[in-house]
Amino acid sequence: MKIMVAIKRVIDYAVKIRVKPDKTGVETQNVKMSMNPFCEIALEEALRIKEAKLASEVVAVSMGPSQSVDTLRTGLAMGADRGIHVEFNQTLYPLSVAKILRALVEVEKPGLLLLGKQAIDDDCNQTGQMIAGLLNWPQGTFASKVILDKEKQVATVDREVDDGIETLSLNLPAVITTDLRLNQPRYATLPNIMKAKSKPIKKFTPQELNVEIKSDLEVVQVTEPPKRKAGILVSSVDELIDKLKNEANVI
Amino acid sequence: VSTLVIAEHEGGAVKAPSISAVVAAKSFSDVASISLLLAGSGPSLHEAASHAASCHPSISQVLVADSDKFKNPLAEPWAKLVHLAQQSGGYSHILAASNSFGKNVVPRAAALLDVSPITDVIGISESHTFVRPIYAGNALSTVRYTGANPCILTIRSTSFPVSQKTVDSRFKQAPISQVDLSTFDEDLGKSRYISHTCQDSERPDLGNARFVVAGGRALKSAENFKMIEKLATKLGGAVGATRAAVDAGFVPNDLQVGQTGKIVAPELYMAFGVSGAIQHLAGMRDSKVIVAVNKDADAPIFQVADYGLVGDLFEVIPELLEKLPEKK
Repeated sequence: MKIMVAIKRVIDYAVKIRVKPDKTGVETQNVKMSMNPFCEIALEEALRIKEAKLASEVVAVSMGPSQSVDTLRTGLAMGADRGIHVEFNQTLYPLSVAKILRALVEVEKPGLLLLGKQAIDDDCNQTGQMIAGLLNWPQGTFASKVILDKEKQVATVDREVDDGIETLSLNLPAVITTDLRLNQPRYATLPNIMKAKSKPIKKFTPQELNVEIKSDLEVVQVTEPPKRKAGILVSSVDELIDKLKNEANVI
Repeated sequence: VSTLVIAEHEGGAVKAPSISAVVAAKSFSDVASISLLLAGSGPSLHEAASHAASCHPSISQVLVADSDKFKNPLAEPWAKLVHLAQQSGGYSHILAASNSFGKNVVPRAAALLDVSPITDVIGISESHTFVRPIYAGNALSTVRYTGANPCILTIRSTSFPVSQKTVDSRFKQAPISQVDLSTFDEDLGKSRYISHTCQDSERPDLGNARFVVAGGRALKSAENFKMIEKLATKLGGAVGATRAAVDAGFVPNDLQVGQTGKIVAPELYMAFGVSGAIQHLAGMRDSKVIVAVNKDADAPIFQVADYGLVGDLFEVIPELLEKLPEKK
């Protein structure tokens, strides 16, 4: 069985983002970019499944401008066998990403598609659910545990839901999106970084995959959130209780 | 403007976040027609339908899909159901709350309808223009849906509060009708619901509590975290936690507040030993009053706190437990 993992290049999670003065978006020039943390977890899970001899190959896929190849190289250095880059230089919304993934699934025929549950830039939390819908595959979103049964071709998924943990059983092929506590992604070692340089990355354009990118959304503006007014420091518990009672009137 | 609200129910009543979705739907237009879609099976569904029919004055119709297929909140049949309801209803908008159910079902349904959904909406400026947070709430994006109908959204329930008056009132019954499921063709069995485990708690729901007491890694152990629980009990509030505290196993995952956890906006949020990572702030920055107690005077949590106290939480919490008034 082949596993396909979708990975996204985003502003590094530790960077404090800046909104552009013209309100068209967020400053991305000269900003550290990394693999989306949830995508790292998805890739790590795929690698562990392969290491447990439950999968034969891990294919990493990324979409976007040419720099997405750097993110794919990181994925290859972590241990993915090969990469696919779908080059596109404008904004891709999740619906288009899902359509490109559907076309790639038709080419690659994976038995499992793993994605992060959301990207930490647009915080959409949509792509996995959408590709599952387009393929009519079962979905296990927000996974904190995945157990594969190769014989029965079934994945058992623990999902983090609002009021606890829900367990589902999914027939393969399936889509699984990963939550934070699924695993701790590995670091790429130097020898593996060197090895990754010779791993193949295949290139496509959406046209070559017969995917029409239509956009039914437009960003009107991006602004800074309202700032909270500065608070004060109190020096004792008594003063705190007094403020909460008599100034904030909350207790 | 005609809106379909995908609603959840529990124990014979519509869940509060679903009623927030009705509040959001009402803000498109005062003359909007709002249909509420409920699904499930058994007597509790019909009890919930009757509650739905009178829980908000703007609801003009309740649609009920009664089938074992909807007994559990699986995305596969639910997305098909939304697709079916849209085909027969031709709505201009479809809404649900942005909780783990809505996040799971709505994008899948949107893909079936070939629509880009807009998730986690916190503000509505016109019927097709919405504000949603990006980058963990460090920026706000205003987006316009330019596609053909329907416009599909999930809304953050803390941004569309239901007034206490509405909660306490019963309104004129809206008509209840059954969804015709004769053409429902979900090929079942690709996904199966196995189980659901949760910790039963007497506490108010974290997402809707008036008071939230939260702890971070500085609590050091599950045993120490009980101090946070005691304080929450004293205030009649809910318990929250940072990702670090959940990862360390002090508390279960459903107490995590933040970008990828719960979004809360209580009247009072008290944070103990919480450093204030941007991912955590994303989940609580809309709280009305924020109190932070931390040993480290430079902790970023103090930048959003209305009242900060630099001190050792192991001394501060016992003193608060002693001196805070009992809840009314």
